[in-house]
Amino acid sequence: MRAKSLAEFGLPIELAEAHAPVVLFDSVNLSFDEKVILRDVTFSVRAGHTKIFLGASGAGKSTILKLMLGLLKPDSGTIWVLGHRVDLMDEAQLMRVRHHMGMVFQEGALFDSLTVGENVGYKLYEETQMDLEDVRQRVDEVLGFVGLTQYIDRLPAALSGGQRRRVAIARAMAAKPILLLYDEATTGLDPMTAMTVDAEIVKVRDLEPATSILVTHQLRDAFYVATHQAQRTAGGEIQLVEAGKQKVDEADFVMIREGRVYFEGTASELRQSQDPYLLKFLS
Amino acid sequence: MNGLRIWAIEFVKKGLLEVQEYVRLCFAALQAVFSRPFYARDVMEQIDVIGLGSLTVVLLTGFFTGAVLALQSGMTLDQFGARPFVGRLISASMIKELGPVLTALMLAGRVGSGIAAELGSMVVTEQISALRALGTDPIRKLVVPRVLAGFIMCPILTVVSDTVGMLGGWIIALTQLRVSSGVYWSSVVEGLYIQDVYMGIIKPFFLGVVIVTIGCHVGLRTSGGTQGVGRATTNAVVAASVLVLIVDFFVTRLLISIFF
Repeated sequence: MRAKSLAEFGLPIELAEAHAPVVLFDSVNLSFDEKVILRDVTFSVRAGHTKIFLGASGAGKSTILKLMLGLLKPDSGTIWVLGHRVDLMDEAQLMRVRHHMGMVFQEGALFDSLTVGENVGYKLYEETQMDLEDVRQRVDEVLGFVGLTQYIDRLPAALSGGQRRRVAIARAMAAKPILLLYDEATTGLDPMTAMTVDAEIVKVRDLEPATSILVTHQLRDAFYVATHQAQRTAGGEIQLVEAGKQKVDEADFVMIREGRVYFEGTASELRQSQDPYLLKFLS
Repeated sequence: MNGLRIWAIEFVKKGLLEVQEYVRLCFAALQAVFSRPFYARDVMEQIDVIGLGSLTVVLLTGFFTGAVLALQSGMTLDQFGARPFVGRLISASMIKELGPVLTALMLAGRVGSGIAAELGSMVVTEQISALRALGTDPIRKLVVPRVLAGFIMCPILTVVSDTVGMLGGWIIALTQLRVSSGVYWSSVVEGLYIQDVYMGIIKPFFLGVVIVTIGCHVGLRTSGGTQGVGRATTNAVVAASVLVLIVDFFVTRLLISIFF
């Protein structure tokens, strides 16, 4: 049950420094009318690490991701993302920060009037000066990465739920973001399909590589991502193996309960906890 | 009694909030028109969707309005022995008022509802959030192209409607009222002052912008899932139709004070 303060992180407030975490929330509060969504939320995410937010539906997990992206503004507190105070930035300034971020939305949020290829290449085509041929190559590359090259000309409506999530991952990673956010990427999927999505998350994190922040209430998926790692074999094939201790320790779990940080720690600390709420959640 | 007062205050507050958000959207769109990035391809796409897509409905509406106007006014004019003046009545009615307003109402039904439904669906499926997350400003990408397309296409469609309206009137004058073509068309021209033509052309610029901005505003403020999308679509049509008539009145009043 530790909600760390900034002092405990031992970090300076001026975060535009190399050693700074990629994300830092300091005493963030948010309410919608009378309803309190987040209360005094403080945490940080270090580069290359994985942060996994757990919690019941409506606990405020997805809101945290929206605050990181600047889609919502906090009532109080400070939010640093990639060295920028996103809580103070206007929409035009936020666009520059978002350029280095990718987000996978709960249902994929693919543009239903665009094909899979157009969805994946959207950011590169519309928001960068990248050559059209280079965009096509990158789209092929990322679709190959998630194993959906053959669906490049299909519309999202013609894909299954799992395929849509994988296309959403491909779209989020296409512009090589530093920070990738996953909002309930496996919710509503059957266990087998969810596993393939989890595998993509691990692959993107370890091989692209990007700092990953996951929001989920599926424990199986959370632990899978925390305890596995992807590596390339000598033949260039991608393999998913049990992660070493260092990698496992780089995955931090945060339990959100009624808008507060209720627990923060590693997978093993979470498993060993004797807190009645956590035991109930883990059972 | 107290409950009624609270309800009235809440109603007024909600209304003022809607107006504030609508005005903010209009200013943001105006600002985005004159700054970068500008999505020219989307503007062309919307001109096709809003303009060419509405052509059939505008042609039919304009033609039959002109035709029925000729039928009805022919009977009335007969009482005064003024049947040859039917062209004058049709051209004045179509160009000054019926063409712009009926075209705008048709666009409110077709385009306003379509925009509200499309943007509303994008909101509830988080596609708008996804756009923002991908570094695209939804105002620039979605609102500006539609506003420009409405601004450009509404006057063009109005001219088309006016033209086919007078053609419809001509066919009825020729076949039913037995008025010769020469008499009809000279009457059409005689009935028009250049100020009337200006008014008929200027008004649709305003009406086009109103229809599209209302559709965008209502669509982008959709909440409540698929049911919310349905509600937004209805609200967009109702609000746009009523506003078309209100804006038409005030713009007409303004133009009369300028031209006459």
